[in-house]
Amino acid sequence: MQYFLELSCSGLVRGSIYALIALGYTMVYGIIQLINFAHGEVYMIGAFIALIVSGVLTIYGFTGFSILILAALIAAVYAAAYGYTLEKIAYRPLRNAPRLSPLISAIGMSLFLQNYVLLAQTPDFLPFPSLIPDFEFMEPIAHIVGSAELVILVTSAITMIALTVLIKYTRIGKAMRATQQDMTMARLVGVNVDNVISMTFVIGSVLAAIGGVLVGSYIGQINFYIGFMAGVKAFTAAVLGGIGNIPGAALGALVLGLAESYAAGYVSSAYEDVFAFGVLVLILILRPAGLLGKAVKQKV
Amino acid sequence: MRKSVIKKLVMVALLSLVVPVSGFAADTIKIGVAGPHTGDLAPYGIPTKEAVEMIAAQVNAAGGVLGKQLEVMPMDDQCKPEIATNAATKLVSQGVNVVIGHVCSGATKAALGIYKEANLIAISPSATNPPLTQSGEYPNFYRTIAPDDDQGKLAANFVTDKLGAKKIAILHDKGDYGKGFADFAQQFIEAGGKAKVVLFEGVTPGAMDYSAVIQKVRKEGADAVIFGGYHPEASKLVAQMNKKRMKVPFVGPDGIKGDGFLEIAGADAEGVYATGPMDVSTLAANKQAKDDYVAKYGKEPGTFFDQGYAAMQAVLNAIKVSGGTEYAGLEKALKGSFVDTAVGKIKFDSKGDAEGVGFSVFQVKGGKFVELK
Repeated sequence: MQYFLELSCSGLVRGSIYALIALGYTMVYGIIQLINFAHGEVYMIGAFIALIVSGVLTIYGFTGFSILILAALIAAVYAAAYGYTLEKIAYRPLRNAPRLSPLISAIGMSLFLQNYVLLAQTPDFLPFPSLIPDFEFMEPIAHIVGSAELVILVTSAITMIALTVLIKYTRIGKAMRATQQDMTMARLVGVNVDNVISMTFVIGSVLAAIGGVLVGSYIGQINFYIGFMAGVKAFTAAVLGGIGNIPGAALGALVLGLAESYAAGYVSSAYEDVFAFGVLVLILILRPAGLLGKAVKQKV
Repeated sequence: MRKSVIKKLVMVALLSLVVPVSGFAADTIKIGVAGPHTGDLAPYGIPTKEAVEMIAAQVNAAGGVLGKQLEVMPMDDQCKPEIATNAATKLVSQGVNVVIGHVCSGATKAALGIYKEANLIAISPSATNPPLTQSGEYPNFYRTIAPDDDQGKLAANFVTDKLGAKKIAILHDKGDYGKGFADFAQQFIEAGGKAKVVLFEGVTPGAMDYSAVIQKVRKEGADAVIFGGYHPEASKLVAQMNKKRMKVPFVGPDGIKGDGFLEIAGADAEGVYATGPMDVSTLAANKQAKDDYVAKYGKEPGTFFDQGYAAMQAVLNAIKVSGGTEYAGLEKALKGSFVDTAVGKIKFDSKGDAEGVGFSVFQVKGGKFVELK
């Protein structure tokens, strides 16, 4: 039983990181039907910015949690700027192009950002300071959940609730939902669609950056390539939950994280990816639209 | 018609000149040096050739061995088995007394049969494929480098004997290097019979976290972890093991024994064990060899220089001890008497592997890898 709880906890931690990234994928897809392959790179850049900021802050004598919060804030701002710029230079000019063109542009941006960090920073792994203080828990609990894991779970829960509130109850959220339903109609009733799309990228990037900071301080190392695998997993999660559907992305990510963790724990960690993608295949066979996705009729 | 008769006569005359020359050359001791001297793998072969030539020049200047001058015969095999057989045949037909080489395991294997038939001893500075010695197929083969499975064997022995572990978890990164090390460690632990391998599992390099597999290690009750792979995964594993309050010894291969691991794992690295090549740079013989090389060539020696140098030293010692270049005498000398070489004081075991070379266990103490004696 304790073993099951331990595995569940590590699955949830993984899942919530995937969720933070998957939300960005699914929001962008929901609005402009684009799979933003450069999204994983924004996550990676968020982690790098946080590393640089925390280095600077350490010199100025900050400690522990204050560094974590400041670094996460600054990383979020930077990543938001990257997301905004990305959309402006790589996707907006292709808004009315065939759907394949922005997709290729996205892959190009992904490669560009990876290699940019590779050249500007380093090809090696960098140590990431453990910004989350390591508390002592009581014995069996310490085996199940550590303070870093707790912080990750709580932060992602708060972030996801904030996102839900933003989309349900604010003006920009309403505009986003309108744009998602029908871009032309939204424009007709006076929604500034370009702004809404930019905002979507900004919000997605902020979430990814938060994920990057959390993962960095959880596993203690980053390099220019971490965005790729995280991006693939998050994309899988988004598809699993029904791409374009926001609660779906969160659910899909948790399912994926748990599936990986149980596979590693009960079968073999050599096959955790096999199980993760196996679950995806299974769900796409049984529910082609994803867990919470609605089958959309093709507009003719 | 007439012309061709003259040609033949000329040929005969030339040949008759050649024969006495090679007859005269029998007064020298011929040492073949086979390895890649051209092509893209040349950097692995050239240092050995240079080492042998350097020693030969020094010995000749001092009057030779047993009153005979040394003659070095380099032979290029480009690390290719098909060329290696040609090279070996050529060396045999030129009447070499002993061969230093070959360098690559594949080329060595191809050439060894030819040397065996010709009753020639071959000492490789670098062919690490375990069966070359262990199969017993080539009793004429020796090497001054530790075989590939030596590290796994050392890790296995260290964990069972020094750490006294009874239940061992072996993790690897599924790569050739990491899994190879893990396989050998498992093999030797099971053969030793002192401990059980309770978990043998691959982890996915680059995965976000390893907590699930760490929980599994705990569930199996392992009292030591052997990991095959490189430093990014190793540092992730030790960091997460600490976070999960799992305090069991962690032993890795030379892929984690470096500054990269120390830097990334930081405080979590403390106490971690790693196997790695023995530190020979402090040996007097090694320093002497390197200084001579730098004085002669004006640069630092390349890969396998130490081992090549040691092979030549072992050969010369065997010739001196046995008083000749007869196969049986050399064999007895190589296996019977210690010699001080650039890789330490060595002699060869019954299979032809050098005793006293290879790997030691290191432990991180105060942020540095310290060799455990």
